[in-house]
Amino acid sequence: MPDLEIDRVSKRYGNVVALDEVSFTVRAGELFGFVGSNGAGKTTTMRIALGVLAADGGEVRFGGTPVTHETRTRIGYMPEERGLYPKMKVLPQLVYLAELHGMSTGEAHRSAENWIARLGLTERRLDEVQKLSLGNQQRVQLAAALVHDPAVLVLDEPFSGLDPIAVDVMSDVLREKAANGVPVVFSSHQLDLVERLCDRIGIIRSGRLVANGTVGELTAGANAQLVVQAPAAYPGWAKQIPGVRVLGEDQSGTVLELESDVDDQTVLRAALATGPVREFRRRRPTLTELFRHVVTGGEK
Amino acid sequence: MTVSPAKAIALVAKRELNTRLRTRSFVIGTIVILVVLFGYLLLQANLFGSASKAKIGLTGQTTGIAQQLQTSAAQIGKEVQTTVVADPREGRTQVESGELDILLSGNAADLNVLVKSDLDPQFRALLNGISQQQVLNAKLLEADLDPAQVMREVNSAQITLTTVETPDPGRGQRLVIGLITVFLLFFGIQTYGAFVAQGVVEEKSSRVVELLLSTVRPWQLMLGKVLGLGITGLVQIVILAVAGLVMANSTGVLTLSGVATGTVLWGVVWYVLGFFLYATVYAAAGSLVSRQEDAASVITPVTMVLTIGFVVGFNVLLQSPDGAGTRVLSLIPLFSPILMPGRMALGTTAGWEVALSLVLTLALGSLLTWIGSRIYRNALLRTGSRLKLTTALRG
Repeated sequence: MPDLEIDRVSKRYGNVVALDEVSFTVRAGELFGFVGSNGAGKTTTMRIALGVLAADGGEVRFGGTPVTHETRTRIGYMPEERGLYPKMKVLPQLVYLAELHGMSTGEAHRSAENWIARLGLTERRLDEVQKLSLGNQQRVQLAAALVHDPAVLVLDEPFSGLDPIAVDVMSDVLREKAANGVPVVFSSHQLDLVERLCDRIGIIRSGRLVANGTVGELTAGANAQLVVQAPAAYPGWAKQIPGVRVLGEDQSGTVLELESDVDDQTVLRAALATGPVREFRRRRPTLTELFRHVVTGGEK
Repeated sequence: MTVSPAKAIALVAKRELNTRLRTRSFVIGTIVILVVLFGYLLLQANLFGSASKAKIGLTGQTTGIAQQLQTSAAQIGKEVQTTVVADPREGRTQVESGELDILLSGNAADLNVLVKSDLDPQFRALLNGISQQQVLNAKLLEADLDPAQVMREVNSAQITLTTVETPDPGRGQRLVIGLITVFLLFFGIQTYGAFVAQGVVEEKSSRVVELLLSTVRPWQLMLGKVLGLGITGLVQIVILAVAGLVMANSTGVLTLSGVATGTVLWGVVWYVLGFFLYATVYAAAGSLVSRQEDAASVITPVTMVLTIGFVVGFNVLLQSPDGAGTRVLSLIPLFSPILMPGRMALGTTAGWEVALSLVLTLALGSLLTWIGSRIYRNALLRTGSRLKLTTALRG
């Protein structure tokens, strides 16, 4: 399956720059997490990829050729503003959407029934969408994005409003789609989930892509962190060590950030000087920490 | 997998047809209108029947004028059935129960007339005439003249009648056909036009439109919706028209089935044109708002224009079907689809008037469709408060 390329896409609303030459590639078979604060430009980027919104500049390509109205039917889309016909029943609605994306009536029926079963909606298949619980409506929304067997998935906040079980179902489906070679891009504010699920991550801030890579790549450049548990230590024991910043301190231990030229053994000696040391380990910053750093970075 | 524009439009139209035709409101609505129409026709049939036919009971001396009643009534196009009633009191009961329309007693020169509530003016004149005739005969005999001889001479003095136009005995029927046509067209265009607007608002308020626009173009979505609802409306109007025709023929109210069939066919043409004219305006109006609660505020102005056309048109058609006002109104494209077929049923239109109104309606329809689809396209994804028309037009 081909890659989805967002190439220098720009969009302005009057004097406001919504997107400034945003570029990233979602490779075939890859889960790409798209993160950023509210209003950073995630939804605008996705709407442009779907042709719902026109870009002022740049191009969206699929398999090397610009996405046209005709090829767009191969994208599965979950808009940020969820929407289905409230008075239409689940099965006919999914069949209708599948047909609108080019499936024959027979294929559409088979596929709709298949996703209804897969997402646990069998008993609700002939209920009006408005009579379903919010969680079930979300499942129908996911089915609507998947029912036409898309070659690309673009999902805006697919995890918001889902119960933990539905989150697992959604994660499995996305992994499975990626394993079949479909490029999957989704946005989310649940950064731990993104970190766990995604192969690569793009961080957008004020319409500019400020980070793009695997979690490993993104965190590699960051300063090392130490987790130290020294029960007898007095509060603020690590503050005096040069090149060390205290990120957090509580009963379970102290989290420290070390500048690149600081030897962690210096910190260990300082910790031992306070009494026993139960835990001492290096760790990579989490995506959440990285995100805070990157997103606030521009303002410092 | 690609979807051709025609396929996309057909799919959208099919959904509209399925969701509307299968609803209870469609079936119930059709039945209710049919019942009302049927009731109206029955009323007409009874009115015509009772006005031109009368059962007259004769008591005592009045039995002698039975023959005279029949002939005089026939001259003014009325049919009279006479029965001899032996007991005047029995006659009174029959009038009360409606078995008899008129009970006559007394004598020919001094008739006592008993009716239930009021006497048809033509029968009043007829009965007065018979009475006066009797008195006249008596006076002529007194003057030693032969009443039969005098009456022959009197009767030979007749007016000479010249008509400017050939009289149309079916004019009343034509008017009724025309008015029903006007009503059905107004009903169809207004109801299904409003459905277009409501459908657009539903897609916007439920946000499903964004999902649809990721695979269907705005013009395809709009055209599919207009086609689907237009066909639904057409189905309903044709059902009503055909059922109405059958009922009118079978009840004997309608004798001009040729005129009626022609009117139905022209009605279909005008419905298609009228719907084309108004539907995109309704769609554009609907696209300006994002909540069902606001729908009425944009639908009402469009419906007002249609309603004015209907109310004014209905009245001018009733009062002066050939008047200059009616002619001018029926040529205004916004009113033509309702009024022109009504006038055509009356048979008072000139060929050039029909042609001109067709061309004007098509032209305005094309212009409004162009503007309407532009507004629709620009407004579709803008949610929130009601959009200004100028904002939506600029895009």
